[in-house]
Amino acid sequence: MSIPANLQYTSEHEWIRVEGSVAVVGITQYAADALGDIVYVDLPKAGTTISAGSIVGEAESTKSVGELFAPVSGDIVEANQAVIDSPELVNSDPYGAGWLFSVNFSSIGDVMSADDYEAMIAE
Amino acid sequence: MTLTQSPLDAIHRERGASFTDFAGWDMPVRYTSDLAEHHAVRSSAGIFDLSHMAEIYLTGPGAAAALDYALAGTLSSIPLGRAKYSLILSEAGTVVDDVIVYRLGEEKFLVVANAGNRFPAAAAIRDRAESFDCVVEDRSEEVALIAVQGPNALAILEATQGFSAEGLAELGYYRCLPREFNGESVLVGRTGYTGEDGFELYIDNAHAADLWRALEAAGAEFDLLACGLACRDTLRLEAGMPLYGHELSLDLKPVQVGMEKVVDMSKDNFVGRDGVMAGVSANAPRLVGLQSEGKRAGRADYPVHANGRTIGVVTSGALSPTLGFPIAFALIEPDFAELGTTVTVDVRGTEIPAVVVPLPFYSRKARS
Repeated sequence: MSIPANLQYTSEHEWIRVEGSVAVVGITQYAADALGDIVYVDLPKAGTTISAGSIVGEAESTKSVGELFAPVSGDIVEANQAVIDSPELVNSDPYGAGWLFSVNFSSIGDVMSADDYEAMIAE
Repeated sequence: MTLTQSPLDAIHRERGASFTDFAGWDMPVRYTSDLAEHHAVRSSAGIFDLSHMAEIYLTGPGAAAALDYALAGTLSSIPLGRAKYSLILSEAGTVVDDVIVYRLGEEKFLVVANAGNRFPAAAAIRDRAESFDCVVEDRSEEVALIAVQGPNALAILEATQGFSAEGLAELGYYRCLPREFNGESVLVGRTGYTGEDGFELYIDNAHAADLWRALEAAGAEFDLLACGLACRDTLRLEAGMPLYGHELSLDLKPVQVGMEKVVDMSKDNFVGRDGVMAGVSANAPRLVGLQSEGKRAGRADYPVHANGRTIGVVTSGALSPTLGFPIAFALIEPDFAELGTTVTVDVRGTEIPAVVVPLPFYSRKARS
């Protein structure tokens, strides 16, 4: 199970990568594996204002639906069109090409380190 | 609650399967990818562990008559080596379970029931068979079931070391034949729950793992993939096959789900006859197939709307891996059940248009 050390994680199985004032958001490999093959994603549109903890989209697999929570507050910069077109990228490369959206953020919600996240999913 | 382990459990763990609690059994939901497993069954072949299914045997001179009384169909008329789909009805004429019955001998039958209904099905058959001269045995925990499904299924069985595949090429759909694997008995049914050609192999637990490994070894050159219950569900949905607890239940009569032909009303006496005779109210919901555009699928329990109100509910739904569009079973008011009617499915707050279409959604005959 891949849990890159350079990312921050939420209890909702999302990761964020902070690049200056922008946070890039995706779901973890653990979450992608649990959902199964993802066949549809609904992502917030550019310009949308989101607040940490709220539901901003969803990822559907053949078997189930997972809600996407905003890990930060701010304005959506970009939704990943590649993932909208090819949702399977979330399964094949959850920390890379399978990123979901980026946010020009004002504050970050509750996040944890890779070690803490690893401990959480081991429970 | 402790989950029951399949006799093939060690193999699934070696393969790195993800597991799910299915009716109290710890069963593989997928090995790697639901979609890859689904496509393998449509294009080459898949191997499934279905050891959670219930196997109930009836033996004795009264076995055929007992089944005619216990089930909706006329099982006494099926010849040796045939299988028949049937229903166990309640007194009220609703569905206790759907089953497949194999005739193994003049006086011997195997009833295969759903894992989740093992106890009610076995109890119903035992109670109903009481006044007939036969013995009812629930051997669910001793018998393993392995399914090999897909266009390459026959070739794989014929290539399997130690497996006597003679006669399987000629075996018709819904026929069964006793065969051997390394000298052990295997009942082979040309049956399945995927909409593809395929076989179901019943074998005692002790020899199931060896059989699975032999089938996998033979299947390597035929692109055989180990398949979990997730793809089994999308495969059966595409094939228009009902799943108990979704399309069939104690609240539904056969006529509501298009199964009136499974009930043989020419039989004078069977459990559920009066209930079926009583019929259903004019606005009792009917089972239909729904098809949508786009990628967003309705799922079980999502409301179905028309004319600004709720007219039914989705019972199963998915983005069809084979067809590429969303499909669903739904129970809706009969006024909207006509083919071609447009309704909407409330997909978590978004109204997705859906059209009532004929079942099945997918048929392998239509493809060739």
